[in-house]
Amino acid sequence: MESLEPILRSHRFFAGIDKAFSGLVIGCAKNVRFEAGQYLFKEGDDADRFYLIREGRIAIEVAVPGRGAITFLTLGEGEIVGVSWPIPPYRWMFSAKALDRVRAIAIDAKCLRQKCEDDHDLGYEMMKRFMPILIERLHATRMQMLDVYGSHD
Amino acid sequence: MVPHVVRVKKRRREAPQVYTLEIEAEADEQGLVPFRAGQFSMLTVFGVGEVPISISGDTAVSDRLIYTIRAVGPVSKALVELRPGDPLGLRGPFGRGWPMTEAEGKDVVVVAGGLGLAPLRPALYHLMAARERYGEIVLLYGTRSPDDIVFRRELERWRRRLDIDIEVTVDHALTAWHGHVGVVTTLIPRAAFDPEEAVALVCGPEVMMRFAIGALGDIGVAPAATYLSMERNMKCAVGLCGHCQFGAAFVCRDGPVFRFDRIRDLLKLKEV
Repeated sequence: MESLEPILRSHRFFAGIDKAFSGLVIGCAKNVRFEAGQYLFKEGDDADRFYLIREGRIAIEVAVPGRGAITFLTLGEGEIVGVSWPIPPYRWMFSAKALDRVRAIAIDAKCLRQKCEDDHDLGYEMMKRFMPILIERLHATRMQMLDVYGSHD
Repeated sequence: MVPHVVRVKKRRREAPQVYTLEIEAEADEQGLVPFRAGQFSMLTVFGVGEVPISISGDTAVSDRLIYTIRAVGPVSKALVELRPGDPLGLRGPFGRGWPMTEAEGKDVVVVAGGLGLAPLRPALYHLMAARERYGEIVLLYGTRSPDDIVFRRELERWRRRLDIDIEVTVDHALTAWHGHVGVVTTLIPRAAFDPEEAVALVCGPEVMMRFAIGALGDIGVAPAATYLSMERNMKCAVGLCGHCQFGAAFVCRDGPVFRFDRIRDLLKLKEV
């Protein structure tokens, strides 16, 4: 059986990670697969895991009354799905749906949170890897909110 | 400074409030003046007014001019109401266009936002017609929603080519859309071109261009290799009236296409 470690270490999110840290993360990881149309998680659910995407595309959606589901972000290979897992109340704010067949590594958030609590060096390493993603998505969200393509008349 | 009278030959709806007009010269008039990719014309609706509009057609086609117009003010609203056969006034072409010669031998990344694809379309026609003169060609196009995509059929046709990479993204979409969703700048780090050997052509709303230039700079595209098309209130179009003054430059005469390193300080100002 293929070990998860080389897969995890080759993912962009964990590029260059110290072996000791990746060994800790592996203990919380497993391979998962979703078919097109299947939800990885739904808005309001517990944020008990996050995903490193290996293949396929995912739509991040929010339900808008009267309009149905609105997609505001798509993610694909090399990206992370789920950023609510490290911050209380550990609940998904949005839904994530597979647009085609998705292969991913799922990381058990409770397990990793505990390991980060026990080993703050690991916790800091995880924060350093998560923060740029959060900042990039925050900037993108601000740009979407500006609605720069609108005619504003 | 006196407009030539031309006539609408075709009118096509591109997106909500966005129309493409194809115009031709009157039979008894001289032919249309050739233009370079990125230039603009002054279009007059008689009795309403005159506005600057970028040329969105092919520089290789000499018997007609194409403009893609969003109806936002009285003149542009009147322009998109014109029907085949209706007259309008034409001055130009004016301004400096995209650096098509300087880009030869290099990768070219085209970043377009919303209707900013219109002034870039002549450059894309040229890149594809002279494909062998350029390295990788990448078009990254972002707009508000799938309904707002302009030149959709052409984009689909270009996507079938194997020698150009095209990524289209929208800011938000209903679930029927299966393409990319997210701001156009997020496509830049993932695009396949050599940043150190690339020329970037950027056009869109100014906020979007500032973000795009930042993302291009982050991956190593030099400010001197980054060009953007500025939009200002052009009136005379020949650098006399001062309406479109942009620092020491006039957008109508010295632009609308500027090299980023020459205007970077002006982009940070709230009012220029």
